[in-house]
Amino acid sequence: MATSDKVGAVMVVGGGISGMQSALDLADSGYKVYLVEKQPSIGGTMAQLDKTFPTNDCAMCIMAPKLVATGRHHNIDLITNAEIAIVDGQAGNFTVTVKQHAFRVDTKKCTGCGSCAQKCPIETTNEYDENTKMRKAIYVRYPQAVPLVYAIDADKCIGCGICAEECKAKAVEYDQKEKVLEVKVGSIILSPGFDEFNPRLKTEYGYGVCKNVVSSIEFERLLSATGPYMGTVLRPSDGDIPEKIAFIQCVGSRDEHCGNEYCSSVCCMYSMKQAVIAKEHGGNIKPSIFFMDMRAFGKEFDEYYNRAQNEYGIKFVRSRVAAVSEDPKTKNLTLKYVEKGEPKEEEFQMVVLAVGLRPPADAENLSRIMKFRLNDDGFAQTTTFTPVETSRPGIFVSGAFSAPKDIPMTVAEASGAAAKAGTEIATVRGTLVTKKEYPKEMSVEGQEPRIGVFVCDCGINIAGVVKVSEVVEYAKTLPNVVYAAENLYTCSQDTQEKIKEKIKEFKLNRVVVASCTPRTHEPLFQNTIREAGLNAYLFEMANIRDQCSWIHMHEPKAATKKSKDLVRMAVAKSRLLEPLQNLEINVNPQALVIGGGVTGMTSALELAKQGFKVHLVEKEKVLGGNTPKLHYLPTGEDPVAFVKELDKEISANKNITVYTGTTAKAIDGYVGNFKTTLASGEQIDHGVVILAIGAQEYKPEGEYLYGKNKNVMTLLEFKEKLSKNEAKGNEYVFIQCVGSREDKHPNCSRVCCTGTMTAALEIKKKDPNAKVFVLYRDIRTYGFREKFYKEASSKGVTFIRFEDKEKPKVEEKNGKLEVTVKDEDTGKDIFLKTDYLVLASGTRPQHDAEALAPMLKVPITKEGFFLEAHMKLRPLDFATEGVYLAGLAHGPKFVDESIAQALGAVSRATTVLSKKTLEAEGIVAEIEEKLCDGCGICVPTCEYKALEVVKDKKDAEKKLVEVNVGLCKGCGACVGTCPSGALTQKGYKDSQIYAMIDAALEYDKPKQEVKQ
Amino acid sequence: MSSEAQPQTTAHATGVKEPDPKILVFCCNWCSYAGADLAGVSRLQMPPYFRTIRVMCSARVDPEFVLRAFQRGADGVLVAGCHPADCHYIGGNYRTRRRIALLKMLIQQFGFDPDRLRLEWVSAGEGEKFQKTIIEFTNTIKELGPSPMARGDE
Repeated sequence: MATSDKVGAVMVVGGGISGMQSALDLADSGYKVYLVEKQPSIGGTMAQLDKTFPTNDCAMCIMAPKLVATGRHHNIDLITNAEIAIVDGQAGNFTVTVKQHAFRVDTKKCTGCGSCAQKCPIETTNEYDENTKMRKAIYVRYPQAVPLVYAIDADKCIGCGICAEECKAKAVEYDQKEKVLEVKVGSIILSPGFDEFNPRLKTEYGYGVCKNVVSSIEFERLLSATGPYMGTVLRPSDGDIPEKIAFIQCVGSRDEHCGNEYCSSVCCMYSMKQAVIAKEHGGNIKPSIFFMDMRAFGKEFDEYYNRAQNEYGIKFVRSRVAAVSEDPKTKNLTLKYVEKGEPKEEEFQMVVLAVGLRPPADAENLSRIMKFRLNDDGFAQTTTFTPVETSRPGIFVSGAFSAPKDIPMTVAEASGAAAKAGTEIATVRGTLVTKKEYPKEMSVEGQEPRIGVFVCDCGINIAGVVKVSEVVEYAKTLPNVVYAAENLYTCSQDTQEKIKEKIKEFKLNRVVVASCTPRTHEPLFQNTIREAGLNAYLFEMANIRDQCSWIHMHEPKAATKKSKDLVRMAVAKSRLLEPLQNLEINVNPQALVIGGGVTGMTSALELAKQGFKVHLVEKEKVLGGNTPKLHYLPTGEDPVAFVKELDKEISANKNITVYTGTTAKAIDGYVGNFKTTLASGEQIDHGVVILAIGAQEYKPEGEYLYGKNKNVMTLLEFKEKLSKNEAKGNEYVFIQCVGSREDKHPNCSRVCCTGTMTAALEIKKKDPNAKVFVLYRDIRTYGFREKFYKEASSKGVTFIRFEDKEKPKVEEKNGKLEVTVKDEDTGKDIFLKTDYLVLASGTRPQHDAEALAPMLKVPITKEGFFLEAHMKLRPLDFATEGVYLAGLAHGPKFVDESIAQALGAVSRATTVLSKKTLEAEGIVAEIEEKLCDGCGICVPTCEYKALEVVKDKKDAEKKLVEVNVGLCKGCGACVGTCPSGALTQKGYKDSQIYAMIDAALEYDKPKQEVKQ
Repeated sequence: MSSEAQPQTTAHATGVKEPDPKILVFCCNWCSYAGADLAGVSRLQMPPYFRTIRVMCSARVDPEFVLRAFQRGADGVLVAGCHPADCHYIGGNYRTRRRIALLKMLIQQFGFDPDRLRLEWVSAGEGEKFQKTIIEFTNTIKELGPSPMARGDE
C-alpha cells in the first residue's frame, strides 16, 4: 500500500487495563487513537478488583493514574457505550462503523457532579458491584469512572423528570438517540477482555441456590472498601462475619464436563490473594483452599504461596470438591471431597468459587464482523511467534482475549500490540495527532500578585452546604485578591471563557479556584489560564467540595468556615507562586538492545521496521540465545527455523548494527542521551536501552547423580539428544523442580512442566511403547498448555506426585539408574528402573545482570532477575526512564511471552524515540548553588538517582549536588534531608508551604497579612 | 481512650467552652489525598476541624513543617501517606515513617504530647479509613485539649 493511503490512527476495542495501555503507548508515539468501550466508562475488570497479587497493591490506586491519563490525552478519543458494527478495508486503511448507544445525557454538558443520582427515586442493582450493591437509574459505573459522565439506564428509568429538574447544567436529554460514527484507522487492536464462567452451570456447588456460596468476583467486591459492606467480610445470608471460608478452585476450568479444558491461569493466585486479604480483614477468618495443582508460576508467586501457608496459616487441601450442601437452618455449607484416598466432609460458613475465564460474550460476533479466527476454545487465535496478531493482517490482539492471563502479561501484550499496530503505519506517524498551541506567556516577574478567586457552587453540591456568597465576600478581603466571584459550575465551558476574560480585565497574574479536587480538575484550569497567557503553575486550588461540603453536610456553619480557611490557604500559597518551565530534553532516536536472543532480536527488528537505528549487542559469537536449544515446541512449530529467519531479516535490515562477542562496559547519561562503551571499544550514542539479556538453564550441582552418570541430564541437554536421535531407550524418568521452589531459589521456573510434556510427547511420538514417568510436585501447564498435559496422560505418560520434603532418590546399580519415589497419593514407595533420567532444571538469571544494574541505575531481585518499575502495571519499565526490560531477564517465561514482551519494550521505547524532545517535569527539585556544600546527604534519598555530587565548575575546591531534571520525578523526598536549606522543590517550596501552614492556623484573624 | 463526650462535659462543667481544635493534615497526592476525596465522593461524614495541605509525597513533609505548625498553635498534626510498598515514588513513605518516629520524640522534649502527631497510611481506595482516622484523631486532640503553645499565648 502506498504511504499516501495509510492512516496514522489506531482503533483500540475494549477499554480495560489492556486497551488503556495500548492507547496511551500509541498516543504517546505519534498516533491518533480511538478507544471504543461497550460500557459507559473505561476501566474494565481491573476497576472491580480490591487488591492485586503478589504485592497486594490496591487495584484502584495503581490504576487511577492510567484512567485519568487516558481520559485526558488530547490524542485519545474515548467512544464509550459503543460497539463495532462494520469493518471495511485492509491493514493500513480500515473504515470502522461504530454504534454509540444513547447516554440520554449530554456528555459535553454533564459535569459528573452527581446531584441527579442523589435525587433519582429508582434503585437497581449495580453490575460494577456484581449486583451486591444498589445504584440509581441515572448512574456512573463507579466513583472514579472515566469519563465521569452520568448515563440513564433506559430499562430502569421511569421518566419522572426529577433528574432533569435537578441538573443545573441542563444535561439530561431523555430523547437522545443512538449515534453511528464512521472512523478511519490504519490498525485495530482488540482487547475486549474476558467473561467469568457462570458458576450456575456447576450445580453441585450450589451457586444461586445457597446464599453463602459466592463467585470469586463477587467476593472481590465484598473485600473492597467501596463494596457493599465497605470492606468488612460479611456473609450474605445473615451479615455475620464468617469464620471458616472455603475457596474451591477450577470452577469452569480444567473441566471437560463444562467444556473448558484449559486452565484459567490466574485463579490460584487470586484465590490465595483473596484468602490472605480476608485474613487481614479479620484475624479469626480461617480460609481453606481446595485445589488440584497450585499454579503459582509467575514472578515471585511461589514466595507468596509460601507466605500464605506459613505466615497467614491458610490451609491448602489438594482435592477436587465433589459437592456442596447447605444446612437449611444455619445456612452453613458442607463440602464433600476425597483427600489422599479418604472421603471427607467439612463444614464452612461461606464458600467462594474460583470461576474461570471465558472468552467475552461478543467474541463470535467480533470475529464475524472483523473476519479473524477464534481457536477451539473461542479465544482469538494467535501463534507462538505472533502472540499479538490475529489471523487478519492489521488487526492485533492483547490481554485475556487471546488466552487467560494475569495483569502484568496483559499490560506487556498491550504494549506489544501497540508496537505492531504502529509498525503497520510507521510511515504516517505524526500525521493525525495535534499539538496544542498556546499564546505567548506573559511575564509576571517583579509584579505585585493580582489574584482572582473563582468559587464554585457545583450546582448544589457545594452551595447546598457552604454559603458560597459569604466565601466570595471573604476572599475579596484577602491580601492581593483583586477579583472574586461565584460560579454555578466553574468547570463548565462558559466559565472557562469567563476566567480568561477576567484575567484580561483585571490583569490577574494568579488564579485560585475553590471547587472540587485538583486531582481531576487542576489540568483543566491550568489549560484555561495558559490559553489566557498565564503560566500553568500560577494556579492553585482549594478543595471545598470533596473534602468539605461532602464530608460536613450537616454542619453548614463549620463547612463555610472551613471553606474560607481553605481559600485563605490557597491564596497565601498563590501569592508566592512562580512560573515554572517544563525543561526540554533532546532525544537521540537510536536504541541500544543488549542481548541477542529471540527477545533482543525481535525488539531490534521491530524498532528497525519503524525506522529507528538500532545497535544490537550479543556476548556470544552468534545471535539466537536459548530458543534454538529448545528444538521442539509443543504446538509443533519449529523454533530453529524461526530463529534462522529472524537472523536473516536482521542481517538484511540496514537500520540494525550487530555487535557480537562483546558486552557493554560502561553506560552513562539519561533518557534521550545515553553513551555506551563496549568492551570491544566501540562507542554508541543512543536515546533508550532495552535489556534482553535472557537467562540460563540451571546446571544441577550433583543432585540426582548429575555429572556422575552420563544418562542423567537436564531438559535442554536431553532435547538436544532427542533431536539427534541419540536418546535410545525404553524407559525415561523426568524429575521436576530441580533447582526451583527450594530454599535458596524459592520461585517456580514456569517453563519446565510444559517443556517436560513436549519432551515426553516427542518420546511417545518416536516410540509409543516407551515408558515415561514424570515425578512432580504441581503440574503447572497453565492456559492452553493444559492440553499437552492431558495429551501426555492420554498417551500413557505416568505422573507421580512426591511431597516437597520427600524428594526422589537416585542410585546407579549395575550401570542402570534406579529411582525411588514416595507416591504422595498412596504413601508407598515406587521403584523405577530407567535408561534416562531427565532433570527439569530451573531457570537462572545471567550474571551480567549484576554488572549492568549499577551502570543503568536499575534494581535486581534477590534472585538476580531485573526488577521492573511496578510488578503489575509497569512490567517492562524501570523507575529510570528510557530503560526497558523484556524476556527472561525479567523472569522465566515461554517464547511467545518473551516475544510479546520484546514488542512491548519496543512500544515503550517508541514513546521516547518518536519525539524530538521530551518535556521534563515542571515540579522538580532545585539546588541553590550558593548554599550547597556538596555534602551529599540528599543523594541516597533519591529513588530515581537524579542527584549527584559533582565538582563546582566555578570553584575547583568546591563540591556541589546537581539535579538531573531528566531523572527527577518531583516527589520532594530529598528536600527535607538538606542540612543547609539548599534544596527545594519547585511548586512546593518551603516558603509556599509555610505560608499555607500559617494561613491554616489563623482561624480567628482572617484579615491579618500572612507572615513570610 | 475515653469517649468523645467526656472532654465536652468537663468544658461545660467549668462553664468555659473549649475552642475548636486546630488540626493540620498533610496528604500525599497519590494515595491519601485520593482517599480523602473518596471519603467525599462516598459522603462519609467527619468532624470539620482539620485543614489539609497536599504535597506530592509524604516524604516532602519536612520535619520543620510539623514544628512550624505546632509553633503556630496547631493542636494536632496528621501526616497521611501511601501504605508501605504502595508509594508512587517507590519508597518515600518509608522515609516519612522514620522521620515521624523521630519527630514524635522531639516534640515530646518541647512539651507536646507525642499523640498530637500521628502518621497514618490511607490508600486511594480507603475513604472509610480516612474518615475513621479523622474521627479518632479529632477525639484524641479534644481529649488532650488545646496545645501548650496556645495555652501559653492566652
